[in-house]
Amino acid sequence: MVNEKEVFAYLENVCDPEVPVLNVIDLGIIREVLVDEKNNAVAVKITPTYSGCPAMNTIAANIKFELLAQGIKNVTVTETLSPPWTTDWMSENGKRKLKEFGIAPPQYQQKNNPLEEDAIVPCPHCESKKTKLISQFGSTSCKALYKCEDCLEPFDYFKCY
Amino acid sequence: MTDKLVSYLLQLADNSLIYGHRLSEWTGHGPELEVDMALSNIALDSMGAARSFYQYAAEIEGGDKTEDSYPYLRDVLKFKNVILVEQPNGNFADTIARSFYFDCFQFYYYSALQKSSNERIAAIAAKSLKEATYHKRFSSGWVIKLGDGTEVSKQKMQDGLNQFWDYTGELFKPTDLEKEMQEKGISPNLDEIKTLWEKSINETLAEARLTITDTTGPWHHSGGKIGKHSEHLGFILAELQFVQRAYPNSEW
Repeated sequence: MVNEKEVFAYLENVCDPEVPVLNVIDLGIIREVLVDEKNNAVAVKITPTYSGCPAMNTIAANIKFELLAQGIKNVTVTETLSPPWTTDWMSENGKRKLKEFGIAPPQYQQKNNPLEEDAIVPCPHCESKKTKLISQFGSTSCKALYKCEDCLEPFDYFKCY
Repeated sequence: MTDKLVSYLLQLADNSLIYGHRLSEWTGHGPELEVDMALSNIALDSMGAARSFYQYAAEIEGGDKTEDSYPYLRDVLKFKNVILVEQPNGNFADTIARSFYFDCFQFYYYSALQKSSNERIAAIAAKSLKEATYHKRFSSGWVIKLGDGTEVSKQKMQDGLNQFWDYTGELFKPTDLEKEMQEKGISPNLDEIKTLWEKSINETLAEARLTITDTTGPWHHSGGKIGKHSEHLGFILAELQFVQRAYPNSEW
């Protein structure tokens, strides 16, 4: 019979289709896992990242496929909005993987005024802190575009949410 | 009460849907790649917020209603968005002017709506606020860049701001429905939002070295919230609803 720990291990196989180095645990979108051993059933509660994120349906479907493939008979995946997802929930492991992939991981949000620019975002390639925001909106909802003024490489920043 | 709550939800959803649809018209046509992506991203966030409100409305109404019933199967007179968001994009500065007014409104509206007595609405607002914060930063930033830019960009930004000014009054003019929702603690006090909005708008305009010439006085366009729209909404729906009208009940 499957237990909660095993389910979390299986969920590590489910990746974000848009940022494939991150799995759903790294992203911090798994809010609850309920295991009903008697009926070999698992209920997973996830929270969306961005409201309009087109990857959410795929992620929910992939969670279902993964758990079914692991032999769990009844899998339900539901969404919850509250409390809203935040990049502060991203795992340290996830942040390390993002950086290795060339995407600057989100900075912690300890700002009084959310309308201010994010703190210094170090370059994921050369660690330089001399970086410049090119665009608050990048190739996906969750990313902003930056440029390093030392190594001159452009890079994506997984922005605070 | 249920009917009224649904009406209010549709007003919130329609604002985001029509605003998002207008911005999505820039996709592939932005003045530069980064702006194209930014406007498309903001459009996507707005569609996401609209979906959250439509889904809730569909759950309340039940029956065969789904989140798609509202955007695809209602005619113009049933839409409750403010007239500002259905106005055509114009040039880039015009679009920025419209976004500046509306993003700023959404930011303070969602901030207040997080405290709604309706938990589901409060949850959607808390989520959408995180996104609206980036939208406000984007459009305010461009007002400053264009306003404090060249003579041409300054003039275009000023024209845009003047053009949409008399559509902003409707944002803060409560309908009977909104008054009732406010009494129940569901919707926020529009007077308080107006004060915050004006302060923020004026700060940005000062930095951009622009001013608003109020040529219309107290008269502003209104009616969208009760279904009386400008001629533009019909054209938007003709495009947005085409597939459902031509092939009823078709699904992806």
